[in-house]
Formats: sequence, structure tokens, C-alpha cells
Amino acid sequence: MAEGAGEPLETGAVELSETVEAVEEAEAAVLLAPTPEPDGEAAAEPRGEEVELGFGPQHPAIHGVLRLRARVDGERIIDCRPILGHLHRGVEKVFERTPFADIVPQTDRLDFAAPATTNLAYVGAVERLQGIMAPPRARYLRTLFAELQRIASHLLWLAGHAADLGVMPPFFAALRERDRVLGLFDVYLRQYPGASGMRPGGLSHDLPAGWVEKCRELAGSFPGRLDECAGDLLGSRPWKKRTVGLGVLAAEVAVDLGVTGPALRASGVAWDLRRAMPYEAYGEVAFEVPVGRNGDAHDRCLVRVEEMRQAARIVVQCLDGLPEGPVLAEPPREGGGGSGESFQEVYHAVEGPKGEIGFYLVSEGAAAPYRCHVRAPSFANLQALPEICRGELVGDLVALIGSLDLSLGEADR
Amino acid sequence: MSAPAVDPLLEALAGLGDAVESVRGAGDELTVRVRREAIAEVCAALKGEQGFTALVDLCGVDFPGREPRFEVVYHLLKPALVDPAAARRLRLKVAAGEGAPVPSVTSVWRAADACEREVWDLFGLRFEGHPELSRILLWEGFAGHPLRKDFPLEGTGTGASAAGTDGG
Repeated sequence: MAEGAGEPLETGAVELSETVEAVEEAEAAVLLAPTPEPDGEAAAEPRGEEVELGFGPQHPAIHGVLRLRARVDGERIIDCRPILGHLHRGVEKVFERTPFADIVPQTDRLDFAAPATTNLAYVGAVERLQGIMAPPRARYLRTLFAELQRIASHLLWLAGHAADLGVMPPFFAALRERDRVLGLFDVYLRQYPGASGMRPGGLSHDLPAGWVEKCRELAGSFPGRLDECAGDLLGSRPWKKRTVGLGVLAAEVAVDLGVTGPALRASGVAWDLRRAMPYEAYGEVAFEVPVGRNGDAHDRCLVRVEEMRQAARIVVQCLDGLPEGPVLAEPPREGGGGSGESFQEVYHAVEGPKGEIGFYLVSEGAAAPYRCHVRAPSFANLQALPEICRGELVGDLVALIGSLDLSLGEADR
Repeated sequence: MSAPAVDPLLEALAGLGDAVESVRGAGDELTVRVRREAIAEVCAALKGEQGFTALVDLCGVDFPGREPRFEVVYHLLKPALVDPAAARRLRLKVAAGEGAPVPSVTSVWRAADACEREVWDLFGLRFEGHPELSRILLWEGFAGHPLRKDFPLEGTGTGASAAGTDGG
């Protein structure tokens, strides 16, 4: 990708970055003395002997099950190879026997940190296949839920990533805030993780009384509370020392590897499906697309934090502009398009918290899809892991994995 | 009066001659059937000349009644950053069978690496020129390719005991 990459941004984008020099300067100013050479540096030098190092599949920093096989020389990672499949349950096979509407709750289990956005991608694909459209009120509410879900997913990432790097306060603060967001889903759906409310053609039911006020209160207070959560992390010197300049992913490489989402935007590519190919109500709300410049682990974090702020903005706008009317298209259709020998196919994708989450559906007119393939952002983003690990220290592996925000549930399917 | 604007993409596809078998659909669902042997060259041309810099997705579909039996489906994306209206998607398809390996597109987009491994793993289709075509979601030694229509949903019951090698 040539255009726009690495250059100053166009309109509507916020730029975030930090340079190694700036961090070191700040460090020096605090210490008022040259930083002593840490003992680890000597060990980091290549010794000319390669050792194979296994990592996972059970490791607290992976937040799922993923195995890495790294080749290291001293403390330097020469190469690192992800071995996935530990969470493979064959859901695409199961989908081929499941009626279209019954697949919705199963999509919750793909990216379990963000069920609502996965639901949204799936019901969007089915609607495209069936040629139906959700009513305006449903489109606004689905946009709102997708953004609440983005906040919840990013907060879970923030909690885990901060704790992985030894910065504990954000862990508790971010999980507390996430709980408030999930509480809104709980009130609406009567189930805690906040999933399965979407239907092809709209939503299962309208909002309960008082929900809009609760949501407005949360969205209004969120930016301040986010400062409380993320401030400890973003202002922490150890965190900056560990992430600035770490795991740089060049824009061209990111695009070539199929990386999407915050990990792509951190590399300076202002590509966001919500902006580029608007769906639901995204064409009618104002928001900015934050991008980084350096493509390092630090930028990937900053982009996510800023995305939460923008998500809260979108939530408020959805509440302000919420149209009246039904939330489910009538009558909902059964099955897909196509018939007999003629197959109908669609691909529909949305911008999930981790990147482009898409569904490719092939239908022959039966009650269940003939084929349902999930384009999972984590599966693609995982391919960037060897790229960003090369040449880094073993001790930074945890920070590198965390900076990609992977969900193995959707990668392994 | 100006002549109706000709879609430069359709023109470019027409220029590819017999490498393109058919063009169907429109907009985001534009679908192009490509001759199997020519898929890598067509992809390279679309990336280099038409700006399809991203391979979003690559997957397989099994049609047991057909000959060749399988389809490999490519979802390409042209991410136009300066002019969002120029962004577009394109779907390519090739027909493939067990005895008819598909040229790998890993040399065009590195994103194809894991995807082609997945199609090999779940459908048993070979990609010629892939740097290391090994299983990715299942383990080496697993018997069969589960997304084939004739693979039973409940499994074959033999896979786990066949796990002999170190996965990867």
C-alpha cells in the first residue's frame, strides 16, 4: 500500500505516536544520570548458538490457547512460529447443518470478547443474502451495540495487557468499567456477556424502559473514567520503555499480511470499514479514525485507547438520533437465496474491535447455509506475530502478543 | 452527452484474455472465474495494475457433484485511502480438484500463507509453490479433511490416536 501510508493523515484522523528518543529523554530527566547498562543487555547479544523455545499453549499472557515455537540466540528471537488449532471446534462444519437464524448464538463464541460485533457481521451477511434490510431504529441500535462492544473488548484488552506488563492499577479499573458496559447488555438481553440479540432483519426486541438514560449516563461519564483507567498505563514510564519502538510493523508489510483493525491503523494506514464502506448507521455519525505513525506496540495501544473515546462519541450520537419504529423487518424470511443447482453467495464484513470480521455465505436455498466461512481478523493478524517478534527479546514476547490483541476463539474457529 | 463510463476494472479483466472464464455480479459481489493455471498471474496483475493490495480472505468450497469438485474463493480488496469511493472488493474463483493443484498466490500476498494451509487442511487441496503446505488447525497425522461434504459431522473417531508428530 503506497497511498497515505506513513504520511501525515488526512482529515478526520487523530495522530498518536511517541519516539524512542523522547522516552529516553524523559527517562534521563527523571533519573538525572545516565541509565546504567542493565545486566540483560549482555545476555541479549547473539552467541551464535540457536535454541528452540516453546511458549504456550497454556500461558497467562496469551489469554487463550496458542503455542509459539521460537528460535532464539541468547535472548534474541530469530524466528517465531505460531502453532494454532488448540481451540478448533469445527464451527464452519457445524454451521452447514444449522438453520441461518440459529447460527447467531454460535457466532458469539468466535470472538468471545466481542460477541455483538461478530453477530453484526453475520446477520449483515444473511440480510444481504436474503435481500432484506433492518429498519432504521434497528440499524441505529446495532451501531450503538457494536460500539459498546468495541469499548468492552478494548477494555478487556487494556486490563490484560497492562497486567501482563506489570502495571496493575488499570487491570482493576478497566475491568470495572467493562463490567458497567456489560451491565447495559445484561439489562437489555437478560444475559451477562451481552450476545445474541441480533437477528437477520433487525433485533430480537426493543429496549426496555429506562435503558436509554442508563446508556447516556455511561457514555457521558466514560471519557473521564477512561482517563482513570488508561492514565496509569499511558503515563507509566516502565510501560513506555517496554513498548516504544518495540515490534515495528511497516505499513506495506501489514497490508501484505492481511492485517486489519487497530494493528493496521497503528502502522499509519487509515483504513476503517466504518469510514470506507459504511454499514448500519455509520454513514450518519461523526467520528475520527485514530492512526499511529511508527507501527510499534506503543502505537497499537494508543490507537485502541483513542478508539474507545471515539466509540463513546458514536454511542451518544446514536442515542441522540435514535429513530422511532419497529426493530425487526417484517416478515423475517427463512433460509437463504439460491435454489437447486443455482448457488447464491455473499461476503459481508464489519469493522470489529480486532479488525475486519467477515462472513462468506454460499446458499442453495436450504434452511442452512451450504458453506459459511468466517474471515476472522485474529487469524490474519496472527501472521504478523513472526514479523514483529523477529529481532526482539524473549522477555518482550508477552508485550508483543498483547499488542496484537488476538482472540484465539475466532482464529481457530 | 458523454458515453457511459466504462469500469476500468472490467476493461482490465477483459484484457486478461482466456485467463478469465466468466464475470458475474456487480459492485461488492463482482465475481470472476479464473482459469486455474492462470490464477497467480491474474492476482499479480490485479494487485500491480488495479490496486488490489490486500487479500482479505481465501477459502474452499466443496461441490461433490462437480468435476473438478472444489472451488477456491479469493476475496480481494482495494483499500483506497485518499478517495474512499474508489475502494472496492472483488471475488475470484478457481475450480480445483485433488489431481489439479492450484498455483499458490503466496508470492503475490503473504496473507495467503495461512489461508492456503487452511484450505489444504480442511479440504485437502494442494497449492503449488506454497513455501510450507502443512496442516494449520488440525494436527499432522489427522486422517481426512473435515470440511469435505462426505466427512461425517460427528467425526471419524480415529483422528486423535493418529496424533504422532509435533503439530507444525
